Amino acid sequence: MKNVMSNKFVITLYTLPALLLILVLIYIPITLSGYYGLMDWDGIGEMKFIGLENYVTLVQDKVFWTSTWHSFQLAIFSAVSLLLYLGISLVLASKIKGSDLLRKIYLIPMLLSSVAIAQLWMKIFDPNNGMANRLLEIFGVENTPLWLADPEIALYSIFIPVIWQYAGFYILIYYAALKNVPDEVIEAAKIDGANALQIAFRIKLPLISGIFKVTIMLAVVGSLKYFDLIYVMTGGGPNGASEVMASYMYKEAFKLNNFGYGSALGFGLLVICLVMTWLTSKLTKSNDDVQF
Amino acid sequence: MLKKKAVTAALSLALMGGLVLGGCSSSSSKSEDTSKSSGDKTVVKMMHLWPEGSAKAQYTIVDDIIKTYEKEHPDIDIQTEILGNEQYKEKIKVLSASNELPDIGITWAAGYMKPFVEGNMFAPLDDIVQEDKFVAGTLDAFSVDQKPYAIPLELNIAPVYYNKEIFKKYDLEVPKTYDEFLKVVKTLSDNDVTPITVGNKDRWTGSMWYMYLADRIGGPETLNNAINRTGSFEDPALVKAAEEITKLVDMDAFVKGFNGLSNDEAKGYFMNEQAAMYIMGTWELPNYTTSPDVDQKFKDKVGYFKFPAYEGGKGNIDSFVGGPGVALFASEQSKVKDEAKQFISYLVDEWGKRSVVEAGVIPATTVDTSGSDLAQMYIDILNDLGNATNITLYADVQMSAGVADVHLNQIQALFGGQSTPKEFTKAQEEALASEK
Repeated sequence: MKNVMSNKFVITLYTLPALLLILVLIYIPITLSGYYGLMDWDGIGEMKFIGLENYVTLVQDKVFWTSTWHSFQLAIFSAVSLLLYLGISLVLASKIKGSDLLRKIYLIPMLLSSVAIAQLWMKIFDPNNGMANRLLEIFGVENTPLWLADPEIALYSIFIPVIWQYAGFYILIYYAALKNVPDEVIEAAKIDGANALQIAFRIKLPLISGIFKVTIMLAVVGSLKYFDLIYVMTGGGPNGASEVMASYMYKEAFKLNNFGYGSALGFGLLVICLVMTWLTSKLTKSNDDVQF
Repeated sequence: MLKKKAVTAALSLALMGGLVLGGCSSSSSKSEDTSKSSGDKTVVKMMHLWPEGSAKAQYTIVDDIIKTYEKEHPDIDIQTEILGNEQYKEKIKVLSASNELPDIGITWAAGYMKPFVEGNMFAPLDDIVQEDKFVAGTLDAFSVDQKPYAIPLELNIAPVYYNKEIFKKYDLEVPKTYDEFLKVVKTLSDNDVTPITVGNKDRWTGSMWYMYLADRIGGPETLNNAINRTGSFEDPALVKAAEEITKLVDMDAFVKGFNGLSNDEAKGYFMNEQAAMYIMGTWELPNYTTSPDVDQKFKDKVGYFKFPAYEGGKGNIDSFVGGPGVALFASEQSKVKDEAKQFISYLVDEWGKRSVVEAGVIPATTVDTSGSDLAQMYIDILNDLGNATNITLYADVQMSAGVADVHLNQIQALFGGQSTPKEFTKAQEEALASEK
């Protein structure tokens, strides 16, 4: 076996399918979209080379920067909500009764498709017949909010189903990581007289900090390119109040037939995501990696 | 070693080939099968958007027409590919980018069609069109430089539907003038009934209200001229129409949260009798007449009226907002262009005879209502259509995609109070002016 693996030719052969897949499905399209970004193209007729004009427009495009700001708000918000998920997982992992059932309940939203979630929450947010406003009315609120129709709060209204949607995923990751903390370590701490809080904050959390960093990265990058709930629930509206980078890109390319500019936007989104990935990994990097 | 290399090369090629072909083969296999059996018949490929599942009536009509046509022309084999609305739109774009449009396909009017015509994808159909057969104005939406590039199958106008029972309960009459209309709105909102439901998340819905006001105040030409640049969008009549919209919003005329409701959600308010009035295209008629899914009690409660006349305005009550829906095109690149055109002409004729009665779709060709047992509401609408002085094509369809987006966003902003009437018209004037 060792012999086979040291043969460069065999290594090449084995990695070739994966390499081809990545090339054809990821790197070539990225290069192409960067190239289309240099064109004036409606997706149907002739392409016209216009140099960097699309990218100049992009830098000056107010709508793009507002959408970017919205995406960043979502990223910050998702990163903060990780703490909430972590708290829940700590409780679930501490052998309370019914934690199995609870874990499954939290996982359900993840099993639903985004469109189903969007439809569900659109019903909840319906300003007249929806559950949210009916509940508020029961508590005596008179000017019930318009939720998705109010440009001031439309974006934040969508954040609620987003937390709900991803809760299961992150709780599952944290739960698995916490279960991986060796019992011996915890027992030793107990013998030394540590209480539950100390065990959680001094032992468990440091031991899963690696996982926590990974999830921050996932949450930040995932939010920056977030698209589905926003597209279905508001389509970026009212009047661009909930437009994020990905939905703006989709709108330019497919709704307004600006494939050239849409590609430039896609490329801009890629650059921003790359920078943010690099930045988050830099910020969360620590020298003392804890080992069991 | 060399041998080995050859083997790996072959292997990797096979792998890649498998990937590339795997993507295409599944979709094309069906048509390949049928083309084999067709022997040396001329194959005409057609794509349409009425799947058997979701648009059975339309599907059956087209299917029947194809079968009869094939019987009458044994040398022709018409092969269909059917997709749902959104998938259809996406696929047509991809096909046209790779120059593989079907011989016959479906398109939408003006702004949607323009890039295809400019890209030389559609064949002019002036040789098969018999203009006198069509309702006046419907062909214009599919014409570029006076030549039609597609033939419309549908025509829709937008009346105001209302709930007779709610009107009766508050002792209201069908309004003939705009002042009467405002009184109706006032009475309803004073009694905590939602006067009008509109799903303005979709934006074109609110645009219909604005277009009607613009039409009644400034006459049909003002808005059209603003769009085709012989006039200005800052015309006083267009500003006035925007002011009337703000006034209606301030009166609580529209359902709460209209900017967050899609058209389907807003329609729910009307269907559940939570709102008294609703403007929508005549494609809604089956819900109020023939559809087996709607309770007969509700159907009996629904009536419609023409958008009321505005005192001192230039428009008249017999002018409608509306427009042709989908249309058939023949591909310019097609190898069987003549056969395709012939079939289109045949299909449009047959469709016109059957679509209202069987599918509840009003065709763009003039309809003879005598001798058919159509629902009364259809007969009334068809009569109104016959007497219409003008049909103004939906503004967003008249505009190019970019300007339409500005228009629609401004509609949402006007309704939502983020744009004043002046800002509303100014933004659109700028968008229209910068386009040329």
